[in-house]
Amino acid sequence: MCLAIPAKVLSIEDTRAQVDMGGIRREVSLMLTPDAAVGDYVLLHCGYAIQRLDEEEALETLQIMEEAGILKDALEE
Amino acid sequence: MKYVTEFRDGDLARRLIERIHKTSRKPARLMEFCGGHTVTIFRHGIRKVLPENIEMVSGPGCPVCVTANADLDRAIAIARLPRVIVTTFGDMFKVPGSYGSLQQAHAQGADVRMVYSPLDALRTARDNPGRMVVFLGIGFETTAPTVAASILQAEKEGLENYFVHSMHKVCPPALRALADSGEVRLSGLICPGHVSAITGSQAWVPFAKDYGLSCVVSGFEPLDVLQAVWMLVEQIEQGRSEVEIAYRRGVTFEGNAHARDVMAQVFMPCEADWRGFGRIPGSGLRPSERYRRFDALEVFDVDPGPVVEPAGCQCGAVLRGVVSPPECALFRTVCTPEDPVGPCMVSSEGSCSTWYQFGGDLES
Repeated sequence: MCLAIPAKVLSIEDTRAQVDMGGIRREVSLMLTPDAAVGDYVLLHCGYAIQRLDEEEALETLQIMEEAGILKDALEE
Repeated sequence: MKYVTEFRDGDLARRLIERIHKTSRKPARLMEFCGGHTVTIFRHGIRKVLPENIEMVSGPGCPVCVTANADLDRAIAIARLPRVIVTTFGDMFKVPGSYGSLQQAHAQGADVRMVYSPLDALRTARDNPGRMVVFLGIGFETTAPTVAASILQAEKEGLENYFVHSMHKVCPPALRALADSGEVRLSGLICPGHVSAITGSQAWVPFAKDYGLSCVVSGFEPLDVLQAVWMLVEQIEQGRSEVEIAYRRGVTFEGNAHARDVMAQVFMPCEADWRGFGRIPGSGLRPSERYRRFDALEVFDVDPGPVVEPAGCQCGAVLRGVVSPPECALFRTVCTPEDPVGPCMVSSEGSCSTWYQFGGDLES
């Protein structure tokens, strides 16, 4: 029910945007995320973007996961 | 960065699982509040790879499941009125009310249409000026702002035939009721990711502070949930109860303040009836004074008759985390996704439906 899917903003006209969802184009509303810009990834829920996705944070999270293993290796040595 | 496949990496998953095993010593009972997390946990077999001292419990975070029969019965009664079109998210279509489902009302001639978005409901209203279009507002803080936005849009366009039957609910009061009841003793909480995208992780601070619960907001990919479990285990082992975020790409402490403003402009808090919990003050949302003309309950006077609960159905106890689906005598025998008795077997993220699909040989 609270499913939200990442989508890339391709173009914006007023509060409507064309987005790419894994190869599928759709028109969505940016009424809840007026700051979203072309090129941003947004979380899409029921036809509305509800939040912008932060690439830096995503990369950092993956890095933390990488390090979970490295730390473990270090502990075992 | 596609924000999906990166968070399904098998090698990273193994690292996180090993890390959890290495860190976790104390017995811990963790609740995933959100039905979306239940699906991720079962689909990817996460329960099976966690250490034995960690017990996972599913919570009430499925908006369709917690909708009380009284509210659903009113929706069905509205759908049976002449000149009305009821638009609804698909999950609600098959949920049995006291006297049948929306699907059965549809089969008997009511005009019930499944939509993906409130935007589709607005379109239906525009395309059918001679009919009254009612959208069934189901959902938590994730969804309520989208429905609020649709009401603002209807007002802007001067659409006079668009109405909302708001059954929206907000999560913290239900979580408080759950914690106050003491029925399930929890050590940690996997907090809902997309509710938190709107509310911010700040919404869970009282649960860490007042109830001593370790709280981590999680995303919905398998690595997100594993990271959340790892962070919870770290907190529990170190005796900390704080609010942390394992889903930083989509969730901040503050959340989406603009979306909350839209929600607060259109809706006001009200008492709401939760399946399994009963009436919880301040846990529902209904159109505020200014938007009352969009409130289907103000416009359509219906009497659906007394509420009837299905005999033997344990959905209420399942939603409170007291009973697991296989402990219900109806599970898999009388109650199946094809012929559901309660909503937890209907909704794609209901605990019973998820156990039925992915639970396999899991014990309770």
